[in-house]
Amino acid sequence: MGEFNVWTSLPAVAPEVGLAALAAIVLLLDAYLPQFKNRTRNIAYVTAAGMAALALTPFIWAPPAGTSELYWGGMIRHDALGQIFAVMLLLAGAITSLIAVEDSGAGQKSEFHLVIIVATMGGTLLAKSADLVMIFIALETLSIPLYMLAAFRRMDGKSAESGLKYFLFGSFTTALLLYGFSLLFGFTGTTSLAGIADGLASGTLLTSAFPVLVALLLVIVGFSFKISAVPFHFWTPDVYEGAPTPVTAFLSVGSKAASFMVFMRLLIEVFGLNPNALTLDNAVIQQFWVGLLTVFAILTMTLGNLLALRQNSFKRLLAYSSIAQAGYTLMGLAALQAQTAAGQDLAMASVSFYMFMYTFTNLVIFGGIIVFAEYTGRDQISDFAGLQRRNPWLALMMTIGLLSLAGIPPAAGFFGKLFLFQAAVQANLVGLAIIGVLNAIIGLYYYLVIIKIMYVDHGQDEEKALPLPRSYAWALGISTVVVLILGVIPAPIFDWAMQGAAAVRLALGS
Amino acid sequence: MIPLWMYLVVAAALFCIGMFGVLARRNGVGVLMSVELMLSAVNLNIVAFWRYSTPENTTGMVFAAFLFVVAAAEAAVGLAIIISVYRNRHSVIPEEADTLKG
Repeated sequence: MGEFNVWTSLPAVAPEVGLAALAAIVLLLDAYLPQFKNRTRNIAYVTAAGMAALALTPFIWAPPAGTSELYWGGMIRHDALGQIFAVMLLLAGAITSLIAVEDSGAGQKSEFHLVIIVATMGGTLLAKSADLVMIFIALETLSIPLYMLAAFRRMDGKSAESGLKYFLFGSFTTALLLYGFSLLFGFTGTTSLAGIADGLASGTLLTSAFPVLVALLLVIVGFSFKISAVPFHFWTPDVYEGAPTPVTAFLSVGSKAASFMVFMRLLIEVFGLNPNALTLDNAVIQQFWVGLLTVFAILTMTLGNLLALRQNSFKRLLAYSSIAQAGYTLMGLAALQAQTAAGQDLAMASVSFYMFMYTFTNLVIFGGIIVFAEYTGRDQISDFAGLQRRNPWLALMMTIGLLSLAGIPPAAGFFGKLFLFQAAVQANLVGLAIIGVLNAIIGLYYYLVIIKIMYVDHGQDEEKALPLPRSYAWALGISTVVVLILGVIPAPIFDWAMQGAAAVRLALGS
Repeated sequence: MIPLWMYLVVAAALFCIGMFGVLARRNGVGVLMSVELMLSAVNLNIVAFWRYSTPENTTGMVFAAFLFVVAAAEAAVGLAIIISVYRNRHSVIPEEADTLKG
């Protein structure tokens, strides 16, 4: 690391510094802007434009190609994977602010946008953390605002209840995770991930692998809650249904993507590929987490898809669908066990690509639900009957989103799933890949049913056109275009992720 | 001097009591208190490990300090949410708050 120099270190946290400044600006605007007609709307536009502009910072202050350097006293890794997640979270934050504009309970209060900025900052920091203390603080910077947001409609019992459930489960898991962290710190005397890996490898403090397995189990359980993997998924449907819809949208992409990234970093750096690490019962520990994640992946995909089949509420269906999607992504984590460098890179890159395309896909669908619910006051799946005749563009965009979730070309989900299955096969997890394909077929059914309802079925208010406000047209249009572009030419993002993965792997070898 | 394992046993016991509380209590405030107990166990663990293994560098102390500051912030948000639930339905028991099901 050498001498600490604030100017050479700043690029590593450029998006976060920008977000802090943006938060201050929004706070001041809210405090001093006089009342006028579209006040909150303009604050929302400032937020969205600011975050979209900050999504350029990872390109301007990109890390040198092929490196994954530590900055800020070993707290932060500046690498391509971190940058990809920063771009994804910043755009997710911007789009969330835009699609919240018309939501009377959430986006029409200006604090909402401020809290979204802070949560985004936690997410981007989490994706690049390289130290237990940093992981903890970033995770809480992401989670605490999300607890508030879930309970944001104070006068609505459902929202408050959703917030309570999310808070109780979330803080419980954080405590489990922290107990695991405290054990890891105790075994090695350091909180940096690289230091922990070396400490475990030297084997001076421990004579058996058992205590490490306990710590590992706590960490896995902790993150399984955050990414809503079965059997720790039970909070998801309730929270998704009760929270204001823009919040659900952000929760389902931002919180999940950042948690996946940091979980991946932990597994790779501490328990995984590090050639110096874990001479102590190396194989036992790796088999343990790969086995556990494989089981979780199978349970999560299957249960998520099966329970999604019988849902009537669109938001609940998406909650189960997001559980199933987490299951597919867990395949990528299990595939980290690959023996070859190419296989390991593919596993990391496929998880990153999947999260990238999933973010935009989910935002399209949630955006559509918000417009629909705000205009009609309903969000059951059957209410969407005949949507194509009420607003063909909205129906088309939601169709593309649903096709992407189902994994059908030309939408991005096709390549997302393809890369994950490929990674699983390369890691000798052929059985897991086959179960994944079977699950994708189950998923296909309920996504296609919704498309059929929108296009073929006849609803009551079919003659009434459904207006699409301009901010939504922009947010949904851009997301849909991103989904289509990723589905036709996935190479730029995927190659970027492959380079990032190679950099992470090389940094471990040093 | 008291050996390290004694601290660890106390911390583990506290953690288990807290976990039991989270799983067994029905009252939202009770669950929050149990979570705080678990966090205290974590803090005790960290401080004990720090004192016995690496007292020469401050990592452990810093970790513990951050931990209780953030835990306090979390508790503040949690209590606010519990109050908002109470205002809506005059009960702080999550199972009785059951409009969300399926």
